[in-house]
Amino acid sequence: MAPHNVRRPFKRAAISDQQKRRELSLLRQAQNRRDAQQQARCLASCILSLQSPVPESEPEAEQPDIELETATEAEQECVAGASSKDLDARRASKLRGPEVRKWFAKQLMLPEWMIDVPDRLSQDWYVLARPSGKRCLVVSSNGTTVSRQRNGSILHNFPSALPAGAKTRDGSASGSGSAQSYCILDCIFHELDQTYYVIDVVCWNGYSLYDCTAEFRFYWLNSKLEEINGASYYHKYRFSAVPVYNCDQNGLYTAYAGVVPYVKDGLLFYNKHAHYETGNTPLVLVWKDDNCSQYVIDTNSKGEIPSQQQVVLELQDNGNLVTSDDPPVVFGMIQQSGLDHSGNLLRFAISDGGLSFSDGKLDQADLNYLGKSNRARAFADSYSKVLFQYRVRHSPLKIDDLLLASINSPDDDQENKPCDMEMAG
Amino acid sequence: MEVTQVLLNAQSIDGSVRKNAEENLKQFQEQNLPGFLLSLSGELANEEKPVETRKLAGLILKNALDAKEQHRKYELVQRWLSLDANAKSQIKACLLKTLSSPVSDAGSTASQVIAKVAGIELPQKQWPELIGSLLSNVHQLPAHAKQATLETLGYLCEEVSPDVIDQDQVNKILTAVVQGMSGSEGNADVRLAATRALYNALGFAQANFSNDMERDYIMRVVCEATLTPDVRIRQAAFECLVSISSTYYEKLAPYIQDIFNITAKAVKEDEEPVALQAIEFWSSICDEEIDILEEYAGDLTGDSEVPCFYFIKQALPALVPMLLETLLKQEEDQDQDEVAWNIAMAGGTCLGLVARTVGDDIVPLVVPFIEENIAKPDWRQREAATYAFGSILEGPSPEKLINLVNVALSFMLSALTKDPNSHVKDTTAWTLGRIFEFLHGSAVEAPIITPANCQQIVTVLLQSMKDTPNVAEKACGALYFLAQGYEDVGPSSPITPFFQEIVQSLLTVTHREDAGESRLRTAAYETLNEVVRCSTDETATLVLQLVPVIMLELHNTLEGQKMSSDEREKQSELQGLLCGCLQVIIQKLGSSESTKYVFMQYADQIMGLFLRVFACRSATVHEEAMLAIGALAYATGPDFAKYMPEFYRYLEMGLQNFEEYQVCAVTVGVVGDIARALEEKIVPYCDGIMTQLLKNLSSNQLHRSVKPPIFSCFGDIALAVGEYFEKYLMWAMSALQSAAELSTHTVGDDELVEYTNTLRNGILEAYSGIFQGFKNSPKTQLLVPYAPHILQFLDGIYIEKDMDDVVMKTAIGVLGDLADTLGSHAGSLIQQSLSSKDFLNECLSSEDLMIKESAEWAKLAISRAISV
Repeated sequence: MAPHNVRRPFKRAAISDQQKRRELSLLRQAQNRRDAQQQARCLASCILSLQSPVPESEPEAEQPDIELETATEAEQECVAGASSKDLDARRASKLRGPEVRKWFAKQLMLPEWMIDVPDRLSQDWYVLARPSGKRCLVVSSNGTTVSRQRNGSILHNFPSALPAGAKTRDGSASGSGSAQSYCILDCIFHELDQTYYVIDVVCWNGYSLYDCTAEFRFYWLNSKLEEINGASYYHKYRFSAVPVYNCDQNGLYTAYAGVVPYVKDGLLFYNKHAHYETGNTPLVLVWKDDNCSQYVIDTNSKGEIPSQQQVVLELQDNGNLVTSDDPPVVFGMIQQSGLDHSGNLLRFAISDGGLSFSDGKLDQADLNYLGKSNRARAFADSYSKVLFQYRVRHSPLKIDDLLLASINSPDDDQENKPCDMEMAG
Repeated sequence: MEVTQVLLNAQSIDGSVRKNAEENLKQFQEQNLPGFLLSLSGELANEEKPVETRKLAGLILKNALDAKEQHRKYELVQRWLSLDANAKSQIKACLLKTLSSPVSDAGSTASQVIAKVAGIELPQKQWPELIGSLLSNVHQLPAHAKQATLETLGYLCEEVSPDVIDQDQVNKILTAVVQGMSGSEGNADVRLAATRALYNALGFAQANFSNDMERDYIMRVVCEATLTPDVRIRQAAFECLVSISSTYYEKLAPYIQDIFNITAKAVKEDEEPVALQAIEFWSSICDEEIDILEEYAGDLTGDSEVPCFYFIKQALPALVPMLLETLLKQEEDQDQDEVAWNIAMAGGTCLGLVARTVGDDIVPLVVPFIEENIAKPDWRQREAATYAFGSILEGPSPEKLINLVNVALSFMLSALTKDPNSHVKDTTAWTLGRIFEFLHGSAVEAPIITPANCQQIVTVLLQSMKDTPNVAEKACGALYFLAQGYEDVGPSSPITPFFQEIVQSLLTVTHREDAGESRLRTAAYETLNEVVRCSTDETATLVLQLVPVIMLELHNTLEGQKMSSDEREKQSELQGLLCGCLQVIIQKLGSSESTKYVFMQYADQIMGLFLRVFACRSATVHEEAMLAIGALAYATGPDFAKYMPEFYRYLEMGLQNFEEYQVCAVTVGVVGDIARALEEKIVPYCDGIMTQLLKNLSSNQLHRSVKPPIFSCFGDIALAVGEYFEKYLMWAMSALQSAAELSTHTVGDDELVEYTNTLRNGILEAYSGIFQGFKNSPKTQLLVPYAPHILQFLDGIYIEKDMDDVVMKTAIGVLGDLADTLGSHAGSLIQQSLSSKDFLNECLSSEDLMIKESAEWAKLAISRAISV
């Protein structure tokens, strides 16, 4: 029973670098094991089946019976206490390969192109100048932030000031929330100033905003971004809000002609009452002209404007050539299939016959086959895009038309029309 | 056999005589164990024999009862228990008789052997009369016998666990011990033996410390013993107080004022060994309160099993000046002496703990001391002031410190270059490191390092790296934390402009002739690692350029031939540092696609070097090289297959290394990396790996901490090879099943519960991997027979209610995997299980998102399994 030594570590850091290397290795291995298991659990299929069906653009459209099962599952998930959609985005950020591309392509709310001016523009709509750049979904969770483009490819993986977007000193995720918090933002990455311009928010600090109106989402976004931007001194990429205006004459003009710190690429119009729904929606619209965008008329892969408008359509099993809309719009069909391209995306030029309409619906399109589309494409063109491009070449919708509409829409409209957004749920 | 002569020969200075004697003893032991032990105990008890043979006889006896290695110890215990009862009682009688020997060495040796026998027999409810017979006539014994008896009690308490001894006997032991300590005992040696015995017996005194009268009595005797004239007794008594401070913290309130007075006096006046224990008492109280307050912080209800009495906060106004005083008692050159421990060091360490305990409150008490002494001509005062400053940087809030630090920073930078005293420079560099560690980084709001002073800081630190090894080592440490603070920095790090210069300086340090002193070389490589870890894309090309440089360094370690064992150890250490550095670089460059692609041009050469590092040793593998290979496998992916033919034998060697279980554990982890990298290409090596892993599981020589990762590794392999795992299924499942049964019920302390949860997690990860591996294979039905047991296991751990969040997440995931893979084959079984109802619901409503995610997965998989 010799005297007991009480020597304590002196002027030493408590942990050795070797121990740190060991622990970091273990951490990496555990993470890799989790990834491998998640992948094995085939989350892609599970995520897809959890998705509630994308609502139809027309309120009167009935849900087909065959969707009943998925709908029930989705409901159960909601009963379980959390909106399953946002959990899925976090899971999906771990997926790989083509599954990821498919999945992410379906997560963003995709604006239709403005082919005519919506009613009640000044009361029910917001307008903002769209920054030029890469559209992406930014997910922060577990101490890291990942941005993915529409095709699912990772743009950046970085620490950010978003809740759960960076590791803190003690290894836990940062931000005001717990380690379980996370964010999902809809952004455009603007190369020049290396900034993510946030055009919408899907989830903030674990709080789902899918089912909130655009009005609320923008309010929330602005107040939250202010909170974090003070803290982002150290971080690689900044997040910045885009000024959003009521779509009255002033607002519209400011968005169109006002000075912003980024390069503009058209205007985006958000219906104030619309929820965040994935896929194409008529409740968000995009409009462009030469003053506010460098990319009004589509260019080909060489960056030149082709003499004839080009469209990408999907070839269905029955030979129909359709748009990416749901339900798809048929542009034509291939009679005798010397081409075995079913399911493929094909490129056509619109020849001199152009598009013809009857009753406001497409009647005929004079299509000329050019070849398969670029493999990076995930989807065919939407109907509104084809039409917008067609109008740009023939009789464009001008800013003056919009400004006129923003005055003309009655300011003090007392009749409370039930707004046509209810189906967004 | 004349055992006395053999024992004498065994201590001969003539090597061959000694060897011969050792051989004789070994033969004797193997041929006739009872006879061997009997003659040794006879020798020990025989007053006619020379003291050195008696002592050696006792020592050999002791070694025949106990060993360090768990498995060997177990063997020895079994051998003793199966010994003839008659022989055993004769041996024990000899031992007890020896206690009263006038030859104190013989008595002391006997007391240790008795404790070993007691350690074996008391838990078996054997030798019940031992304690009674030790204590029966303790009062009448002559001093030397009394001393030996008290020593025996002390060793005995060290050897056996408290639950083995009845309270009744505990009471008797404590009575005898405390009486032996008290002032009425005139013999100092007896009193010392009693005090040291109490130190070991404190763990038995739970009930007695709950009784006010008894506790008062024990505390009074201990406190009195701190004032005896014999320095050994004073020191032992303070050791008791230190032990009491952690074992009975919650009982200390009535005594704390007296203890403060006693410790303050000892710190001021007593000899150093006593003063060190007195300071240690307060350090130990800090440890307790830091733990309690941390528990408070983690638990919003504010409930803790032990309440905090805020002793440190209350003692603060007196405690801090006492500790500051000690800082001025430095020894010359203490910084060059790696084992130095003196009152200034203990006092400074305690001051740091006090700062962590009370936070902001300490700052105003220390600042005047710093201000008064920091610029004094006497180096002791400057050093003490700097040390005090460095000590309080952890604990108080950054807001409280920031102004002070901003003022001090430029002073420190100038002191580090200009102070004439090396000791002051050492502490200054250390303090700068603490500033960067605690007050610099993305978590701190107002940055203390700005574009205006960054250049100066780096310049000063790089210059200090040319100073004496101990100062240079601290400067490296400061740079480590400087880099760490920029870990999350944006695309442009303030370090970038200096990156090249920093790396160059660190490499230069590693080549200093004196880099072996003060662990300077190690610190330089560790700092290099951190600089690389925290680097940004801007410097990726510079990190890439570092690869061939470090490779060359590693290559150079392979050149030496015919080395002495000392040189070999140094070579191995250097290889460890270089492999560690490469590991960090591989992980850094491998984490981004663009840099990984360029880095891959070096993969073949690096792997070649790692294999040569392995080849430097004959029997063991190098842990750091193994870790680095794991990182390389992850970065390489399926291409790693080309290295397997050569690498495989080292992998196997690593898995067989039971002695250095860390190496074994690291290797198990690397098997997982390789399985994920190679996927089905690992098949040719599976037989060997699985055989070895199963062997490891059944071995009782392998440290238990390696077993859970082995189970996880089963899962990794199964996931990689899919239905090919069929070959091993029966063996793996049977190992999993028996481990699962063991881990369902836990009775034990926190440490055991923690281990059990780690084990459960490993088992569950194995099940997950196996189910997912077999999914969509025609052989899924092979798993059906195991489903009932697995569900039972899940129900079992749910019922136990002691699983942690990690296990909960893995467990509910396994439920999903089982449902997913077996589908309708397991539908009704799943529906009957508790897991699919209560457990699943609990997980679904968990606040932990990972658990919830897994639960949702399980729910979906179950609903499919049931509906089909």
